[in-house]
Amino acid sequence: MLVEQIAVFLENKSGRLAEITTVLADAGVNIRALSVADTADFGILRLIVDKVEKAKEVLRDKGFTVGKTHVIAVEVEDRTGGLAKVLSCLKEANINVEYMYAFVNRTGENAVLIFRFEKMEEAIKTLKKGGFTIISREQICAL
Amino acid sequence: MSLTYWEEEIETLPRVGLESIQLRRLQHLVARVYRTVKPYRVKMEEAGVKPEDIKTLSDLSRLPFTVKNDLRDNYPFGLFTVPLDEVVRVHASSGTTGKPTVVGYTQKDIETWSNVMARALCCAGATKGDMVHNAYGYGLFTGGLGAHYGIERLGATVIPVSGGNSKRQINIMRDFGSTVLLSTPSYALNLADAMDSMHVDPKSLSLRVGIFGAEPWSENMREEVERKLNLKATDIYGLSEVMGPGVAQECLHSDRGMHIFEDHFLPEIIDPDTGEVLPPGEKGELVFTTLTKEAFPIIRYRTKDISRLYYETCACGRTLVRMEKVTGRTDDMLIIRGVNVFPSQVEHVLMGVEGVEPHYQIVVEREGNLDTMEVQVEVSEGLFSDEIRVLEKLSRHIQKEIKDLLGVTCKVKLVEPKSIQRSEGKAQRVIDNRKI
Repeated sequence: MLVEQIAVFLENKSGRLAEITTVLADAGVNIRALSVADTADFGILRLIVDKVEKAKEVLRDKGFTVGKTHVIAVEVEDRTGGLAKVLSCLKEANINVEYMYAFVNRTGENAVLIFRFEKMEEAIKTLKKGGFTIISREQICAL
Repeated sequence: MSLTYWEEEIETLPRVGLESIQLRRLQHLVARVYRTVKPYRVKMEEAGVKPEDIKTLSDLSRLPFTVKNDLRDNYPFGLFTVPLDEVVRVHASSGTTGKPTVVGYTQKDIETWSNVMARALCCAGATKGDMVHNAYGYGLFTGGLGAHYGIERLGATVIPVSGGNSKRQINIMRDFGSTVLLSTPSYALNLADAMDSMHVDPKSLSLRVGIFGAEPWSENMREEVERKLNLKATDIYGLSEVMGPGVAQECLHSDRGMHIFEDHFLPEIIDPDTGEVLPPGEKGELVFTTLTKEAFPIIRYRTKDISRLYYETCACGRTLVRMEKVTGRTDDMLIIRGVNVFPSQVEHVLMGVEGVEPHYQIVVEREGNLDTMEVQVEVSEGLFSDEIRVLEKLSRHIQKEIKDLLGVTCKVKLVEPKSIQRSEGKAQRVIDNRKI
């Protein structure tokens, strides 16, 4: 149920994102989703990719600090209130979101929400109980 | 301007007389230290020199040097020459690693110190009638209390305001009518900024003279301080290992540095590489031997400060040798807002944080009038998290540890691995961008 996500430490200097995406492109790694969280001094790039181990390896070789974490992907219909419904359900259960980002799949019918929670197991239970669709990394990559 | 001395006879004594006092005191000191302090005796024996070998002042060069590490090795009181019940005060400054450097004073030492500090104040034109605003930090640092006792000895009124809270300082200056200011030069500029933001015109205040020290400052900075605070800015020198403030002071007539109170503190200039004593006027490392201190005398202490000595009689009439404004250091010690910082101390802190790699760099800047220190730490996979708050917590933790150990606030910047330049030999730990 959990989706592997890679995270890369980024100093705030120009060209770093371009460098990372080029490294991944050269290695034939496809990026399915990404987000950048930033502070005044540094940023964290979070990526969902088709080849996790390959991506980690090539980025490490280039000297980047790479980490692997697990996130949860929820598929919702891409229409008004889709995200709000998910968040309300989590709020009811008192589950705190560490971070999240989203993307819309190719057909444009569904949106995929990527979540990191403090309490991952509890979150999965709650989402399932709420009738939401949790998808795997393979499903994301196949979208 | 009238010439005033605190102790005219000694301050204007012809050199031959001064040297005879120095020699007598040196012989007495060496004999006492040899007798009472084992580490000194061991070092002298290793160097093959005995107290009776000191027959002239030039024999001083036969004695071994003392370095900051000797103080650390004998931490805290191992180099004291009197029993602790005769010690009435201790002070401490930061050492090169975790342990501070501790110094002690007997009642007579405090009197000597008060006296030389009164000489320094007098040398800068302060008198009994002055209202002296002492903004040096009070505490383990020698600055605050050292100056304080000298001001009282002079008979002037001391305002023991210590450092910080600039707005309150300006109000006190205005309301109490401060005439003499003692602080670090960078803090003086900070006060000038505070005056500006409070719309206080320095010309409306009574400040006449400033006595600034504890950190390096340039002639440009002097002009700026004088212009912005509307006072005459003078330079003072001192270090806790030798006494504290009041080792040397610039007079109002000199264009060549500070008078060393050499009947108490005997200076030499050496080549920092060979240890050879250099002739008068040559630039090198300043070395001090205390001639009258009881609790913590020191022989040939290497200050690591770079200066030179001028023996010509000054226009003020003092025969006391002058030392040039300190122009640099022979080691990597940084002075950040008056606090001594060794890169090794920062390293010590970093190595205590789990997951931190020994790759770091210290970047020092002067923003406005204040020194800033940024510590750059490479983020290894052991430290990395995909959550911002975890990384921010890490940098705050390092910042707090540095503040706790070194007493200086720094900014911690997390950087990518390998982004700190690796050098072939000695790593370049410090980038000092200050234009001093």
